[in-house]
Amino acid sequence: MTIKGESGMYRGDAAEYAGNVALGNHQASDETVETNPAAEAAQASKLRVQDLSLWYGDTQALFDVNLDIPEREVTALIGPSGCGKSSFLRCINRMNDLVPNVTIRGDISLDAESIYDPSVDVVQLRSHVGMVFQKPNPFPKSVYENIAYAPRLHGLVSSRAELDDLVEKSLKRAGLWREVSDRLDAPGTALSGGQQQRLCIARAIAVDPDVILMDEPASALDPLATATIEELIDELKAHYTIVIVTHNLQQAARVSGYTAFFHMGYVIEYNDTTTLFTTPYEQKTEDYITGRYG
Amino acid sequence: MKLKGTVNDPRMQRRYRAEKRFRLYAMSAVLLALAFLIVFFADIISQGYSAFYRTEVQATINYNDRVEMGDYRAAVSDEIRTVVSRGMLRNLPREVRDNPDLKGTSETSWMPVKGEIDQYRKGHVDSLDEELLASVQRLDEAGRLGFAPNWAFFTNGDSKLPELAGIGAAVVGSVYLLGITLIVAFPIGVMTAIYLEEFASDNWLTQTIEVNINNLAAVPSIIFGLLGLAVFINFFGVPRSSALAGGLTIGLMTLPIIIISTRAALRAVPDPVRMGAFAMGCTRWQVVRDHVLPVSLPGILTGTIIGLAQAMGETAPLILVGLIAYIQAPPTDITSAATVLPAQVFTWAGMPQTAFAEKASAGIIVLLTVLLSMNAAAVFMRRRLERRW
Repeated sequence: MTIKGESGMYRGDAAEYAGNVALGNHQASDETVETNPAAEAAQASKLRVQDLSLWYGDTQALFDVNLDIPEREVTALIGPSGCGKSSFLRCINRMNDLVPNVTIRGDISLDAESIYDPSVDVVQLRSHVGMVFQKPNPFPKSVYENIAYAPRLHGLVSSRAELDDLVEKSLKRAGLWREVSDRLDAPGTALSGGQQQRLCIARAIAVDPDVILMDEPASALDPLATATIEELIDELKAHYTIVIVTHNLQQAARVSGYTAFFHMGYVIEYNDTTTLFTTPYEQKTEDYITGRYG
Repeated sequence: MKLKGTVNDPRMQRRYRAEKRFRLYAMSAVLLALAFLIVFFADIISQGYSAFYRTEVQATINYNDRVEMGDYRAAVSDEIRTVVSRGMLRNLPREVRDNPDLKGTSETSWMPVKGEIDQYRKGHVDSLDEELLASVQRLDEAGRLGFAPNWAFFTNGDSKLPELAGIGAAVVGSVYLLGITLIVAFPIGVMTAIYLEEFASDNWLTQTIEVNINNLAAVPSIIFGLLGLAVFINFFGVPRSSALAGGLTIGLMTLPIIIISTRAALRAVPDPVRMGAFAMGCTRWQVVRDHVLPVSLPGILTGTIIGLAQAMGETAPLILVGLIAYIQAPPTDITSAATVLPAQVFTWAGMPQTAFAEKASAGIIVLLTVLLSMNAAAVFMRRRLERRW
């Protein structure tokens, strides 16, 4: 399949793409979902995305995205700038709700529970789906408060000692404890860029989420800090389902088990990372990963 | 050669000359502004500083029967009577009646002299009534006239006798008025700004409100005075000339300033902070309370202080709601008749006696000192509270 001159063409081809989004046993076709959701959940599909489309005003940014994101795995979203991967990521914790004029159709379910159901409490959803941003954005508070804020907010701890433990545990898990244990009262922004990003990760895991979304978490960091973050991601996948957006193809290849290639709002290809990077089905994927464009 | 040839290149030289010229223009503008400022301050201070001391005469007061009967003129010798301030003697009969022990005693103390003598000795007027001049010279030679700090200027209210007039009542009035302004404008202004900036969606209604708030900040202050007169005094029956009427009026005027500066402070909080908080599962109010407000607080407080400083110097709307009244005693509560510092200056500036011109300048010095301190406090607060995140 070649790139069409008119973007309108993609809409017509959506069904065809959906067919290509097959990933191992995780069939993304509607029938499977409707007939046997329980079986799907048993196959450890944490997030199920069904026919998700998104518009910013009149501009459509996502076209019928279908993805099954496996549990306790790292799923990378790659693709050229403006392809919709970040927009898609923000659908998973409904951060797009905050953007005016956004229209979303289709559905995402977390553990077989629709997150776009009218009865879903967005605040609750976000306590289950954590997010790490491109630029480290620790709260303008101390290191300790950065971690302690959300658990306290969601009532996850009942005593100061418990909170202290949680802060320590989270910082340890984010590989930051050794570096900051003696300056928990220092402002979070006084840390280096890489430390700040790990602080944000520690902040996200402090509420024990099911899913952690990462939007180019290492793009603002130097190679050394990037390596540390990547190691961390590798460790974290034992506990959490991680969805990571990245521009760095090597990074996607290094950290993820599954990769989805986005292009102009469509998911062109979704497969386990090794297959996608070595023997892509689609010409477009191959062009992108071999650096012909993007 | 390629890099060093600029000296002879006319084009390069033209460019450098243009830059020099522009620098010169900009610098002269700054110098001119500075010169104006210096002239202004020098003028005000040179005219006003003499109000902070006054001429006093050493007088012997006899608390005799005639004083008790009300003839206070009998308390001092004829010579002293011609020079001492009438206002000082007037109170003597009451003092004797209130304190009978004083009767029959006498007391020597330093008392302020009449305004015109004070002005003559300060060199502000050249001539003095011949007879009076003779008395003054005699007393001066006897060492019974001298300058002393004029503390009464800070404690007394207004008076028809310039030597006794002070800013005390006006300062109390100003404090009351600013208090009411703060109570009215700060919560409403900050709440409005938070709502518009953090909660309201961007639609035609909020845009209309925003445009109108900006317009309101540019409305001439006298219009607010008319509004205050019509709404607070005529409609709601707030007592005229009271600090309450003035404070409400000035509060309305300060509102847009606080709203605009608060919005600016809120807007300065980087969006990733909000996004991070939302992503952690904060409600909008929690985002504002725990993350946005702590960061923007210095900006909000600075804006508020600057708004209050402006309110402090405001006169025109207060004339309309009657805070220009002749007030001898400080107001006892927010509904009693009061005046404020700038209004007091305005009143004095309109008096014919030279002694009041001196008072007006001194009042301006006090007003400017207070305003500069408020602005300095704003800067200090910003430096102190603003933590670099």
